[in-house]
Amino acid sequence: MSHYESPIRKPLVTGDKSYHDVTLDVVRPVEGKANKSWWVVFSIALIAFLWGLGCIIYTVSEGIGVWGLNKTVGWAWDITNFVWWVGIGHAGTLISAVLLLFRQKWRMAINRSAEAMTIFSVIQAGLFPIIHMGRPWLAFWVLPIPNQFGSLWVNFNSPLLWDVFAISTYLSVSLVFWWTGLLPDFAMIRDRAVKPFQKHIYGILSFGWSGRAKDWQRFEEVSLVLAGLATPLVLSVHTIVSFDFATSVIPGWHTTIFPPYFVAGAVFSGFAMVNTLLIIMRKVSSLENYITIQHIELMNIVIMITGSIVGVAYITELFMAWYSGVEYEQYAFLNRATGPYWWAYWAMMTCNVFSPQFMWFPRLRRSIMFSFFISIVVNIGMWFERFVIIVTSLHRDYMPSAWTMFSPTFVDIGIFIGTIGFFFVLFLLYARTFPVIAQAEVKSILKSSGEKYKKIRAEKGEDAKLYDEPEQEPLPDFSAQFNSKSNS
Amino acid sequence: MASKVLHAIFTDDDILMQAVKALREKKYSIDEVFCPFPVHGLDKAMGLPHTRLAITSFLYGLVGLAVATWMMNFMMIEDWPQNIGGKPSFSYLENMPAFVPIMFEMTVFFAAHLMVITFYMRSKLWPFKKAENPDVRTTDDKFLMEISVNENNVQAIAEVLHENGASEIKLIDNK
Repeated sequence: MSHYESPIRKPLVTGDKSYHDVTLDVVRPVEGKANKSWWVVFSIALIAFLWGLGCIIYTVSEGIGVWGLNKTVGWAWDITNFVWWVGIGHAGTLISAVLLLFRQKWRMAINRSAEAMTIFSVIQAGLFPIIHMGRPWLAFWVLPIPNQFGSLWVNFNSPLLWDVFAISTYLSVSLVFWWTGLLPDFAMIRDRAVKPFQKHIYGILSFGWSGRAKDWQRFEEVSLVLAGLATPLVLSVHTIVSFDFATSVIPGWHTTIFPPYFVAGAVFSGFAMVNTLLIIMRKVSSLENYITIQHIELMNIVIMITGSIVGVAYITELFMAWYSGVEYEQYAFLNRATGPYWWAYWAMMTCNVFSPQFMWFPRLRRSIMFSFFISIVVNIGMWFERFVIIVTSLHRDYMPSAWTMFSPTFVDIGIFIGTIGFFFVLFLLYARTFPVIAQAEVKSILKSSGEKYKKIRAEKGEDAKLYDEPEQEPLPDFSAQFNSKSNS
Repeated sequence: MASKVLHAIFTDDDILMQAVKALREKKYSIDEVFCPFPVHGLDKAMGLPHTRLAITSFLYGLVGLAVATWMMNFMMIEDWPQNIGGKPSFSYLENMPAFVPIMFEMTVFFAAHLMVITFYMRSKLWPFKKAENPDVRTTDDKFLMEISVNENNVQAIAEVLHENGASEIKLIDNK
């Protein structure tokens, strides 16, 4: 049996962990009781969520007029939030699918939570277009069904309809990918559960997973194929989100660079959010041996690279605006950088292009506090990016007499805060009830990448036995037992 | 007479693999192995055939592509052609660039969901399904091998298991 991995690679699981230790570490938050700080954070998130819910109800009952939109700026805060949340979701799929295809084993400690983040943030994203419809009970009109007067169908030429298909495919495929991976881990909690109620609940959630060799063979095949499908899917989703803008004829939106630029930005903001969540979670749930400094460092490197790609995209946009010779295009970018929204533009530039460059320094990218700080900065910066793209392109349009400014009302802000609250409510509940680490997968790499086994191989050579000799029960006489009446 | 099986518990995946290989060498067939995580090479060592789920996924993807093409052709070209933004719906081929995103999305949608449903049906996984692993430790850190035996070979098989490191061996009535 070879569990070879180059000895110069740092262990992915630190501490002397055996298979059983992995089980204990993963179920601890589920079987234990929530502490005070969990309740405090949960209460705050719940209040924010309820406040947002109130603002949504107010919007729906009064109409979109309660938002800060006007006749010039018809898209602003809500669509900014939509794109921001969709973008955050992308890191989960990137970690679970793209890194699976590239055989990056460090994904195993973080993929479960990153995918949870994907699903919870896509839920937030989906709320905004539905609320913006004004009459959300007619949201089913986006489905390809004929209207009541005859067979007038939806418009398949519209990027907004492409978005409906892209986001719903993305949400549902991410959900089954996540749930399929969860089955063996739910089964583990089910089989440990002492209280009948919990045993029953986790029994339902685990779909009766038994862990047969054939099940595992199919499980691995399905995971691989889903990763292969999710990879182009995740790229297509943000590509299509960028088409919402790029297929229009608005200066500042109508550019071919949008799809790759949006995808890089999505990965960038998503990894920042993963860092924000996991730096807290590893501490609160005592998972420092699984989500190690090395994991945080690798995520910081992804943030640095994607941040730099986003920076190149910003500069390319400026260059193309100048090089195109189109005065409207040139003015749109001049107005972004020096117009009344200059502060938003420079906040975006500072947060997204400048701040990730600190990650070139190993000392900084291995610092927990600094990584956390930068992850927050990047999240803010990416929100401003979408705000800048959307609002500055609209507020000074082709007709100077219509030029105006956008300022959000308390309802705009309230709904945004509400979605942050809703997101954290879901994530906090997840952290207490779900196996937050894909423990079955981690166990499968424990012998190749666990510190304990790496040490044994370093001391005793690559062919060393990586197990303790089992304590064997004496062999009974089965031939005699065979015909005896009952032996259950 | 009810048939009987041996249940052997192993404490490590490497020991399990040795035992599987030893049994296969002696031409005994292994009914089932329950594992807490995917053990690499186990399916091959047990002699399990390849899974064809990836092929089904490809076929489902083709179905999705066909459904998307049929749907958009019917709705946009045949049933109610519209002239939207000066881009009239003359034929599917001429309008196809605008249809590519949804053709792709539906391909992925069908390929992913129908494959997962096939997996759940084939492996008998659904809500309220009762788990069938005989020992609860097999989702934690133990491995359980199930082999059907008869009066004549039971002791020989048990000895192979014992020699290859099974920590517990039990004779069970097969239900």
